[in-house]
This record gives sequence, C-alpha cells and structure tokens, in this order.
Amino acid sequence: MIEVTNLYKRFDDLEVLKGVSAEFKKGDTSLIIGSSGSGKTVFLKCMLGLLEPNDGDISYDGRVYSKMGKDERRDLRKEMGMVFQSGALFDSETIENNIMFPLKMFTNQSREEMLERVNFVLNRVNLENVNSKFPAELSGGMQKRVAIARAIVMNPKYLFCDEPNSGLDPRTAIVIDNLIKEITDEYQMITIINTHDMNSVMEIGEKIIFLKDGLKVWEGSSLNIFKTDNEAVTNFVYSSNLFKKVREVYNKEN
Amino acid sequence: MVYLHNIGKYFLMLVEVFRRPQKASIFRENLFKEIEELGLKSLGIVAFISFFVGGVVAIQTGLNVDNPWIPKYLIGFATGRSIVLEFAPTFMSIILAGKVGSYITSSIGTMRVTEQIDALEVMGVNTLNHLILPKIVAAVFFYPFLISLAMILGIIGGYVAALATGLFSVEDYITGIRLDFRPYLIGYALKKTVVFAFLIATIPSYYGYYVKGGSIEVGKASTKAVVWTSVTIIVFNYFLTQMLLG
Repeated sequence: MIEVTNLYKRFDDLEVLKGVSAEFKKGDTSLIIGSSGSGKTVFLKCMLGLLEPNDGDISYDGRVYSKMGKDERRDLRKEMGMVFQSGALFDSETIENNIMFPLKMFTNQSREEMLERVNFVLNRVNLENVNSKFPAELSGGMQKRVAIARAIVMNPKYLFCDEPNSGLDPRTAIVIDNLIKEITDEYQMITIINTHDMNSVMEIGEKIIFLKDGLKVWEGSSLNIFKTDNEAVTNFVYSSNLFKKVREVYNKEN
Repeated sequence: MVYLHNIGKYFLMLVEVFRRPQKASIFRENLFKEIEELGLKSLGIVAFISFFVGGVVAIQTGLNVDNPWIPKYLIGFATGRSIVLEFAPTFMSIILAGKVGSYITSSIGTMRVTEQIDALEVMGVNTLNHLILPKIVAAVFFYPFLISLAMILGIIGGYVAALATGLFSVEDYITGIRLDFRPYLIGYALKKTVVFAFLIATIPSYYGYYVKGGSIEVGKASTKAVVWTSVTIIVFNYFLTQMLLG
C-alpha cells in the first residue's frame, strides 16, 4: 500500500500541494483528476521521488521515503514503473534496447533471457515486429504501448502513468486505458494514473481523487462521481458539452 | 551570487558523477560510444585545422623574418614552439569546446526536456554518473592522443609550406624544429590538455543536465556552455602556464 500523508510542495512562493493525503491499495487502479495546474503532476512526481516534498510523508509498504538514504531511494525506484505523458523513450535507441535497458542495468540475465522477456512484454501490449524500429518510426499509440512495456518489464510493484492517453484518438485512448487496467489486475500492482480525460474516468476509474488548487477536494469512484454535489467536481465533470448533454438526457429519463 | 550558486552546483554535480558506476558492462558500452562521439568523430576537423594552421604559422613567421641577421632556422623553431605550447593544446581545445561542447549540452539537454532523464531516474539509475562519467573518461584519455596528432600535423603543415612556398628551406625548418627540443614541453602541453578535456566534458554536461524549458532553452544552454568552457580554458591556461613553466 502507498500512504501519502499531509503532502506539501512549494516552488518559491507558489504553494502547489497544500496537505494532500491519500491511500492506494494493491490491485487498484486509482485516478488522480483535476484541471491543469491543480497539482496532479507535482503530486505524481513527489510519489516517484523526482520532486522532494516540503512537508509530509509517503510510505511504500511501510517504507517511509523521507527517512531513506540516496541508495535506498534508488533501490525503491527499481520497484516502480512510469509511463510518461510524452512516452520519454530513448529516441536514439531501438524499441528492443529501450525495453531491455532496465534488464541490462539491474539484472544479470543472459541476452537470450532478456530478449525473451522483451518479446513477452511487447506481446503483452499487443505489439509485434517493432524490435528493430526507432521510437520516431512508431505512431503515438504504439509509442505509449512501448512505454507501458518498458514500465512493466521489471515486474514493478507500483505503476505510475502521467496522462497516458493524451494526444491519442478516443478509440486508442480506451485501448491504452484498458491495457493498463488489465495489467494492473494481472500483476496486482498499485497503479496511479494522472488524467483529465473523463473517458478514462468512466472506463477504469475504480478510485478517483479530485485535486483542485493543490487540495484534495473529493474522493470516490466512477459510479458516484456523476452523483456528487461537490461543485468543483461537477464543474470539472460537466465542463464538456458531451457530458452536459448526457446529464440532460439522464435527468429527463429519471 | 548566481555565479557562486552555479559553481557550487557544478561541484555538487561532480560528487555524484564520481560515484562507482552501477553496472560495469553498461559503463564500458557507454565509454566506447563516447570515445567514438567525442574523440574519433573529431579526428577529421582536428587533422584539417592543425595541418593548415601549422602551414600558415610557418608562412607568417617566414614572411616576418626577413632580416638577414636572423637565421632562417628560427622559422622552424618559432613554428614548432607555437604549435606545441599553445596552438595544439589550447586553441584546439577551444575548437573542441565548440564542437564537442555543443554536442554534449544539446544531447543531455534534449534528454532532460523530453523527460528521458526523468525516465532513467525513475528506473533507479544514477543519471549524473550514467550520462557524464563516460564522457569525462573518454575525453580525458582520448584528447591527449588527439592533441598529439594536432602537434604532429601542425609541424608537417609547416614542412609542406616550406616545400610549397620556398620562403625557407626544408633543412632550415627541420633544424629549427629540432633546436633546443625539450620533452618537458610536450609533457606540459599534454598536462594542460587533460585539464582542458575535463572542462570540455563537464561544463557542457552541467549546462545540459540542469536545463529547464524546451528546445530554445537547450539552444541557449549550448551557447552558454561553449562560451563558459572557452573562457574557463583561457583562464586555466594562464594559471597552468604560470604553474608549470613559470
């Protein structure tokens, strides 16, 4: 379980996180939603250890991040997988080398064993015959799949995704969402996804945390997000015309 | 204050860079890549510039030494000393700071702005050590060879100029080159080269690693890196000359 307690993060005078607390359980796919500038990415980067919180604690299965030394933190990160918004693939390396890199760095497997694992995860994200290609030769959706494959190649306990379906068409976005959900269920990981895509919320939102101006203002599931009275959440959820129409139709029918 | 902050951050970066590599085989692989990128790919430009500048230095000296009381072999002597003491180690290092420095800053900077460095960090990689140490080792060990080559080709350039222009004889030129030959001076030039190589590898790495923003900022960082590496080389050259020859 990941426990976040009273997390604060400031950049000079700008307070981005103002005491956020949350719990994420094994096998759950949790979504952090909120408008741009609400603190979602900073929250995720604090959990990844890419940013140092000013106050508060993050505990990973009982291991408190702020009490760890540099080497312990690096060891902890080996248990994490991350899918970046941009993919963050190594653009001068082939897809095979991109996925193989963590195995080469942190295991003593033979090349054959590593290749077998690379092909297994590529197959798991439904990609074939891309081993020798470079990231620039793939479509946005394929790059995201490669990023997911690289994130899971080390069998991580914790999977973090920063807007994994941004820039993708709705159909591909749903495929990526479902893929992350399936992998989470299959490997019983703790998956945390940053998004502002309401389709993702409806598709895979088991647990949703809503951030606004650095504060957690709502927590629930995709079943009750449409029923909440919280004004900040309703303003966010019904900001698109599509969801406004859906609400009108729903209200008429009921 | 900004300068002091940057200098402090630069030294803190070096502390992290000089940690033990996490995996020897990956370090070795990166080292060979960097030897190719920073060293072998600079051979052409170093050879070309050295040869022609050597020739020009010899011709210029020849044209300015027209007093019959000054022996012609001094043309070879002056050309040799200029190339060995300053042109090859210092000015070739400034040229390499431009070529290699901009490559280092832009490659690391692009990795930073496209979140590739964050991706490595999340995997648990010591990114400073992983990205910068192979560059330092490659530069520090390979540049002395490159600068030695620059010395040899510079002197050959002068020799060819003697043949081509007839301003001075080949015999006088060779006599001048051999006159008062002191191996210590070669050692002095190579010691300077090692220091300059370290600066060429680390200052641009610093600017690339800590860049913030997008492609424009990476471009600006590359320019800053080249300027500061060149300035630092010139300042260090002054103090090293004072220390080693003074």
